[in-house]
Amino acid sequence: MVEINPLVIFIASIFTNNMILSNFLGMCSFIAVSKEIETSFSLGQAVTFVLTCTSILNYLIYNYILEPFGLEYLRYIIFIIVIAAFVQLVEMIIERYFEHLYYSLGIFLPLITVNCAILGVSLFMVIRDYDLIQSVLFGAGSGIGWTLAIVALAGIRKKLKNAKIPKGLEGPGITLIITGIMALAFLGFSGIVQIQ
Amino acid sequence: MREIKQIFSNGVWKDNPIYRQILGICSALAVTNLLMNSLVMGIGLMFVTGLSSLTVSLLRHHTPKHIRMMVQTLIISAFVIILDIFLKAYLPEMSKALGPYVGLIITNCIIMGRCEAYAQHNPPILSFIDGVTMGLGYTLVLLFIAFFRELLGFGSLFGIQVLGENFTHWTLMIMPPGAFFMLGIVIWIAKNIFPNPEEEAK
Repeated sequence: MVEINPLVIFIASIFTNNMILSNFLGMCSFIAVSKEIETSFSLGQAVTFVLTCTSILNYLIYNYILEPFGLEYLRYIIFIIVIAAFVQLVEMIIERYFEHLYYSLGIFLPLITVNCAILGVSLFMVIRDYDLIQSVLFGAGSGIGWTLAIVALAGIRKKLKNAKIPKGLEGPGITLIITGIMALAFLGFSGIVQIQ
Repeated sequence: MREIKQIFSNGVWKDNPIYRQILGICSALAVTNLLMNSLVMGIGLMFVTGLSSLTVSLLRHHTPKHIRMMVQTLIISAFVIILDIFLKAYLPEMSKALGPYVGLIITNCIIMGRCEAYAQHNPPILSFIDGVTMGLGYTLVLLFIAFFRELLGFGSLFGIQVLGENFTHWTLMIMPPGAFFMLGIVIWIAKNIFPNPEEEAK
């Protein structure tokens, strides 16, 4: 068990150990969806929600089912099934009870299953040996950090729409360079807190 | 034979998963600070893509359409578990250095993409070759990025010092921003060398 204040983990996972900018997780949807601020914000909300809930579920399953039976090596399969099932469930609940939310979030939910940030958080949680409260805050913080990064990128990309970009660098190329500069800026936070 | 040649040039150059399809870049960014890490990751990915394409292709007539995604995910996870156990047993240090990124091969879009786009409609042997060459294309790009990052960041190649003691290390290259810049530049160069015919037409 590591003795880190859960709040430290929360802040660190937003700023210094940001999922995208320092762990490179969730890049696929990060690049594909970051064209509009509103859609990126909706996706960010959905990711934060799913991350928080799946980190709780996976923590409980890992510590109370897999570990006592010595089945740790099955964790990849179990985690991915839990994530897929949870996303499916959330999609059905939202569709049934919160219709307006379904239209803003609905299309993104299936995408989330293959978002590596979700599986990555669960795996980091196991590797770093967090307890339940630490895991929940780690999940929530990572989600918020992810949202922050994707909304910021969408804002920058919007400004770039009319800029003249060198041939061949349009699209993913320039997005990666912008992300690099953002990562540089976030390095400035690294003095606040550090985990790992 | 011509088909195999076609697959080969597609996987390695024309349709390279990283710089053309922009798939699976999470791990491409994360493990490229050292050449050795990238090599192990690349070989691991080749193993998983090749065998899961083969398995998906073998089962393609028996898998019901609407649950095929789930079946593919399970097949991929099974191979990733094999890879993970193998690394833990024979290369424990490497397994520690790669950390969660071995497990994250499951959500690497290259594998799922190949299963869905190719293995679903093609015979097993061709699918296997297709998977392996896609993995090869991925590995080559990874090694290219890692070569510059390790050389400039640590002054070494495969852990052997080549630039001498007086070389000032570019610490930035081994930190996250260096990875983003390198991949951006690789995509830029690749797009200039191999222009995409579809984009040219627009």
